[in-house]
Order: sequence, then C-alpha cells, then structure tokens
Amino acid sequence: MTPIVERGPEGSVAVGPLDQLLNLARKNSLWYLLFGTACCAIELMQTGGPRTDADRFGMVFRSTPRQADVLILAGTITYKMASRIKLLHDQMAEPRYVIAMGSCACTGGLFQDSYAVVKGGDLFLPVDIYIPGCPPRPEALVEGLMLIQQKIEREPVLKNAWSQS
Amino acid sequence: MNLDEIGARLSKELGASVTRQEDVGDPSLCVPSTHWKQACLLCRDLEALDFRFLRSLCGVDRPEAGSLELVAHLWSYRLRHALVLRTRAPRDAAELPSLSSVWPAANWHEREAAELLGFRFLDHPDPRHLILPEGWEGHPLRKDYRQGKTALGIPTVRPGYEPEGAAS
Repeated sequence: MTPIVERGPEGSVAVGPLDQLLNLARKNSLWYLLFGTACCAIELMQTGGPRTDADRFGMVFRSTPRQADVLILAGTITYKMASRIKLLHDQMAEPRYVIAMGSCACTGGLFQDSYAVVKGGDLFLPVDIYIPGCPPRPEALVEGLMLIQQKIEREPVLKNAWSQS
Repeated sequence: MNLDEIGARLSKELGASVTRQEDVGDPSLCVPSTHWKQACLLCRDLEALDFRFLRSLCGVDRPEAGSLELVAHLWSYRLRHALVLRTRAPRDAAELPSLSSVWPAANWHEREAAELLGFRFLDHPDPRHLILPEGWEGHPLRKDYRQGKTALGIPTVRPGYEPEGAAS
C-alpha cells in the first residue's frame, strides 16, 4: 500500500499503515555482524568498503551480535565453528536474519568431502537468503541484502511474535 | 653421524634392537614401543647425538600391519644432523608414554596424534582435544574412518543429496 501524501502549506504529511513506517526504518538500518569464517569474509569486507559501500543503504557492521540484525555466514563452516555460530545467532535479538554467503555456507561447497565441514549453514540455522558463488562478488552480496530488505517490507511488524512482549 | 652409526649407538645404549626402515619417506630408525621414551631421552642427552630439537611428531595408520606408527623428526643444531625415529603400537591399544617431558613441543603434537589417529599418551599433562571439538566420535585420519549420519547433532549429508563415492 502506498502512503497517501498530503501537501499542506506547512509541509507534507504522509498517511499510511504503521507497519510500513516501522519497516521503512528497519530495512534501512540493517546492521550485519562483523563475522566471517573463511575467504568469503574478504568479499564481505570489500562490500563494506568504499567501492561497493553498503553503508549507503544503512548497512553497517556491528562488532557485537547484540546490536546486529543480520548474520552473514561468510565462508566454510566447520563442526567446531558451528556451535560458536549458533551461540552468536542465539545472542542476536529478534527479528534476525541469516544470509548464507557463497557455496560453502550454502552446501559445504568445495570442502564438503571433508569430515570437518558442515554441509550447509541451513542444517543448523534458519537461513533466509542463499547467495551462490565462490566467492560471490560484492554486488551479489548487496543483492542478497536487498532481498532481505524486500522480505522486511512484506513483514507485518505488530503481529509478529517478537514484537508482542 | 650417519643413520647406521646412530642406530648402532642407540641399540647399544638401549639394549634393544633398533631396525632401519626405508619403505616410505626418509630412511628412519624403528625402536620397540617399550623403549620409546628411553630412546628419545638418549637421542636428546647423548653427547654424540644431541637431538635437542623436535622438528615434528606425527603418526601413520597402517591397517594392513594392524599397527599405528608414531614418527618423530629430530634435529641437532650443534651437530647439524637429523634423525627420523619411529615406533609401532597395536592399532586397537596404541598406548605410549608421552614425550612432553622430553621435548615440550611434543605436547600439542601428541594431542593432535591422539585425536586424529587414536593414540593414547599415558602420562600426558593435558590430554584434551587440540583440533577436534569435544565429543567427536572416531579418529578421522584412520584409513577405515567413516563418519556417522550426524556429527555433534548436525546432519553430515544434505537431505536429498548423495555425494560421489559416499562414505556411508
């Protein structure tokens, strides 16, 4: 639903659902956790850098899971790391989103024949967006983040369980 | 000193047979597992050998012989000579004394050999896992290692996906 915009002598007034206003704020301040497990993290850093500049969409990295909205699984995940990642995810406040970045985080990728490598992040976390590539380019990661934005737009904030308490 | 001279000297001091082994890698000396720690102490302390530096300590699984081998690579900075020292232990009861009191560097190497190949180092000061997470089942570097359907509560195969040459 598009908000109705009234132009008055003192300025413009927009009328629309509260959900829309809240979602507008939420989707433009997607803070991601500063966390990478392997080489995809290099592309993640590049995405935060000046050339791709995810900052212009309000996406900045946070160094603590307690302030982060998005967990980007950037790189190969081992079973030993999986329990730590689960811990980080548990510390993030809802609503929280998970992006599986790259082949390894999606399916285990190049190293899936190893006994130590988890065959995809979705085997132990609820993954929202999968980004294929080895590694995906920063543009692909930004597209993934924008898909999260679109997902947020569709969410009814006030009816969600995490907004009740 | 060359390998045969070192072997003869070690054999004399140990009072046990020291055999030369050349099937894989560098020529090496194999000592009985009962004399393993004593042989290492002699290598370190004898003036003519003076192996004060442990370069590497690793293991080999030999299922066809039913044994595990522990391989120590030694080096003497003073005499500038090297030695590869081996010992064998039965696969199902690979118990050996720890070398961490001989060379402190052996501590972590032994922890790695213990978890990946299934050695047991009897008087090891810190016998926790080094690389694998706690609660891991099996020894991944054994030739007959097969992973179960789950590891630490996480499935080891993607649903609906059968890898090539699947380790079932």
